[in-house]
Formats: sequence, C-alpha cells, structure tokens
Amino acid sequence: MALAAAIRYTIPSMPLTDCRLTVAQTNPALGNLAKNLDEHVAAIEAACAAGSQLIVFPELSLTGYFLKDQTAELARGLDSPELQRLCELSRRISILVGFVERASDGRIYNSAAFLEDGRVLHVHRKVHLVTYGMFDEEREFAAGDEFRAFDSKLGRFGVLICEDAWHVTSGLQHFLAGVDAMLAPSCSPGRGVSGGSTELSSETSWRTLLDAHALLFQTWVVYANRVGWEDGAFFWGGSRVIDPFGRLVARIEGFDTATLHAKIDAPTLRRARVATPLLRDSKPWVLARGLERIAAQEQRP
Amino acid sequence: MKELDIHPPLVEALLTRFLREELASAGFSRAVLGISGGVDSALVAALCARALGPQNVLGVMMPYRTSNPDSEGHARLLARELGIQTAKVDISAMADGYLATHKVEDRMRRGNVMARCRMIVLYDQSVAFQGLVAGTSNKTEILLGYSTQWGDSASALNPIGDLYKHQIYQLSRHLGVPGPILDKAPSADLFEGQTDEGELGFTYADADRLLYWMVDERLTEEELVARGFELAFVRRIAARIAATQFKRVMPLIAKLSLRTINQDFRYLRDWGK
Repeated sequence: MALAAAIRYTIPSMPLTDCRLTVAQTNPALGNLAKNLDEHVAAIEAACAAGSQLIVFPELSLTGYFLKDQTAELARGLDSPELQRLCELSRRISILVGFVERASDGRIYNSAAFLEDGRVLHVHRKVHLVTYGMFDEEREFAAGDEFRAFDSKLGRFGVLICEDAWHVTSGLQHFLAGVDAMLAPSCSPGRGVSGGSTELSSETSWRTLLDAHALLFQTWVVYANRVGWEDGAFFWGGSRVIDPFGRLVARIEGFDTATLHAKIDAPTLRRARVATPLLRDSKPWVLARGLERIAAQEQRP
Repeated sequence: MKELDIHPPLVEALLTRFLREELASAGFSRAVLGISGGVDSALVAALCARALGPQNVLGVMMPYRTSNPDSEGHARLLARELGIQTAKVDISAMADGYLATHKVEDRMRRGNVMARCRMIVLYDQSVAFQGLVAGTSNKTEILLGYSTQWGDSASALNPIGDLYKHQIYQLSRHLGVPGPILDKAPSADLFEGQTDEGELGFTYADADRLLYWMVDERLTEEELVARGFELAFVRRIAARIAATQFKRVMPLIAKLSLRTINQDFRYLRDWGK
C-alpha cells in the first residue's frame, strides 16, 4: 500500500483569485527565435495594457513546431537571454511560454515555463511526446517524467502540453493535486475534412477532450493552440477557456492570429465542486490499489 | 459519396491561407499556373485569385498543335470570369524541335515531352512574373501516378494535392468554376480523343472511393472486399500506387557521409524564412 499511502490531498498555499488572463493565439516563425521573442514581448505588453494578470502562449511558441534538425540548434537553458528577458517581464504579468529546453545534462525537452515575479516558478516538460502519423517528437526530444501542480500567486495550476491531454492519467494527477486551472498549450495540426463535417475532425476531437477535462476534473481549462502553416501542415487555433462545469466561456474563431481575454474565478470553481463533489469523492486510494494490482499482475512470468 | 464529402467553405478558408502564407514564407505574393481548360487547374486558379487577388495570378495557356481547341476556349472563359492575367505560349515549335528531330512516335513519350515543355515554360514565366508555380495535381492522380514526373507534377506548392477528384468538383462548384469546365470529361488532352477514365480503365468515382478507404482509412484487402470492392480492382490499384511511388519522392541520394541530405540532414522548406 505504499503508493496509496503516499497520496495526500494538499492544500494550496494560496487559493485561486479572480484571474484575468490572455491567451495569445500566435503564429511563430519557424526557427526564428529573435522574431518570435519580439512578438512575445509585444503580446505581453498588450496583455498588460488590457489588465491581464496571466498570458498563456502555445506549445513551442518561441520556436515553431516542425523543427527537425533545428531542434538542438534552438535549445535554450532557463538562464538564456531569451528566457531571462521574459522573466523580467513576468514582474508585471505571469507568463506561460513554450520553448525548446536544454537541460544542464544536455537533454532536450519540449517544455513550457511558468514565469512569475521575475523568476521561473515552474517548468513542465512534455511527458507524452507524439511519435506517430505526421509526428516525430521522440526523435528530437527527451520525455518529461512528471505532472506536478504548482502554486502561483494567482492560484494552483497544472500544465498539459498538447498530447499530454490525450492521456487521462495526466489531467487526473493535476485533478488529485487540486488544481484550479489546467493550462494546455498546444501545436495541434488541423486535419480531417471529409465526411461532410463543417469542422475539422481534429477540432471535434479536441473540443470533446477539453470539455471532458473541465467536466471530469472540475477545473478551469485554458487551451492555447497556435495557427499558421509549416511546409503544408497547418495549426487550427481554436484557443479557448472552459469553466469547471464544462461550459465554453470564450473561444477564438477562425484560423488567424488573435488574442482572447477571459476571467477565471474562484466562486465558479467552488460552485462546481459543491454541486458535484467529484474531487471530494475521488477515492484515489482505489486507483492506487488498482495500479498496484495491475503492476503485480504484469510482473508475473 | 458521403465519406468523401467536404464542407467547401472550410476547405476554401484553409487553402487560401495556405497559398498566402506559404508564398509569403518563400518571399512571394504571386502565383503562376498552367490553365488547361480542365477542372483541376480551374480550381487552383480560382483559389489563387481569391487568396492573392486576380491581378497577382498568371494563367498560362500552352497548347500544342494537336490540342483540342475547346481547351483554350475553356481556359479563356475561366480567366475572364476570374479576372486573372493570362499568357499564351504555343509549345508546338518547342516540342517538335525535339520530337520531330528525333522522330519520337510513341504516344506516351510524346505526351511526357509536351508536359515537360509546359513545365519549362511555367518555371520561366514564374521568374518574369515574380511568382511561384502553383501545382494542379489532385490526390487521386498523384496516388495513381497518373502524371508526368517533372512535367505537370512539378510545382513549388500545390493547394489541391490532398483533395480527391470528387472533392475537386465539390470545391470547384462552390467557387463558381464555369459549367462547361465542370461538365466535360476529364482529359490530359495529350492526344486526340484521350480521356482520363478511358486511359485509366476505371472511373474516378470508383477510384476515389477505393483510395479513400485504402489510403485514408487504412482498410485491409479483406475489409475492402467486404465493403464491396472487387478484389482484382483493389489489387490493381494497390500495385499501381506502389509502382509509382518514385513519382512522389525526391531522387535517391547515395549515403556516404555522416550527414546526408534528406536522411540525417532534415529541415523543412520553410527553414530560415
């Protein structure tokens, strides 16, 4: 029962405040760090002017997505001038930014850094790298190995980078850690135009997935997907905010760069968790026992 | 063919953005294409006109002396409706300079030479027009390998290469491609009386459906037969796709060094833009 015993509800050090946020649905220039950084700075300035306390950028927002051999060339440490410049700006607004992270041991990760009050508060390294179909991430990146919620001055957050959200075990960990909001930066390519549907099949899947996260994990969901084309593949945007009842609060329409402003608040979160107390009733030790049983079965010859 | 149906406004929104953005990535804002009077090039012309403005699109008519005069008539009708710029380059002298001198009689060889003459014209015109060559091959013909390598298949970017013929017609109707172009039988017009379906030996409707289930949905041979496709047809198309793979890839490079182009030297074309 070691695993079950290890599970504890933790009390956030600071509860969710009413948080005004901006989602920047950007179109990064492939491999052009300097240009993308300038655009981040401009978006951050605009978000500050709009009164936002948090700005969320898409996955790999500083570099673009299909990097192939550029990946290693664009990898940056947390102490790099690019990250440090954004850190400085985080004295005015909290920032979630996507970048290619070079760790001190030389491994390269698909990471998102949460910057606040002039420092790197948290880094999430994408766990579920995507290597099938049109994707080849495991060729370029090392995989992260944990989902850890963190306490910002704005509330308790958990990050899911794109494919992380396709594995229910990712969001589940943030749920059990009691996050107020899941921040989901993404580079989701659009595809699937047949069958007569008025929307892309990739959008249909993501809509279902994000709504389910909000509903099942009773959390605010902030989805930041990029737009634009890279060698014939496009990213469909559709950035949105969903409330803990699973209701769409705001969404960017169309396939172009845009920003979204929304407010995520504590009373809505509390009401959802009173109306249907899923977190209270979650019984993670049942899951832990189940996992231990499955693990034991797998060890059998 | 419900499974193949597209929602034309959605596809239009995507492909106009594709043209604008990928041209801009390469430093261009204009497009050049061959307009044959057929539906594929008509659709690409219509997409380019919407994406870039008709003044930024050059449609080049490139008849050979045996070409069906209707082809040029339909191309002119299209250009008028769209308001795009046009040029006419008769390739007869150019093609015959080689074909007659070297007494090339074989129909396929002659057709390939004509297709490659047109490629030469388009790439040269694209320099003068300061645009890029837009491709007009659809997914059905690319998969079937029904094209001339480095001829009509050559382009800088192709907005319709992931659309089956059925979808080409759907989008063309939506964008107002003139009726006579939609109504006639598809033809490469490389020799008199040629039609695509006559030459291929099956209909586009059958090919589209089979290719969709075989390629897009990855059904096995047994599953395709269970869906009502004849086994012989399934095998014939599968063999054709495999046999024409060489047309869909760049030339092979013998790997010798530690870092070989396209093998372990891997960058997008949009690199550095």
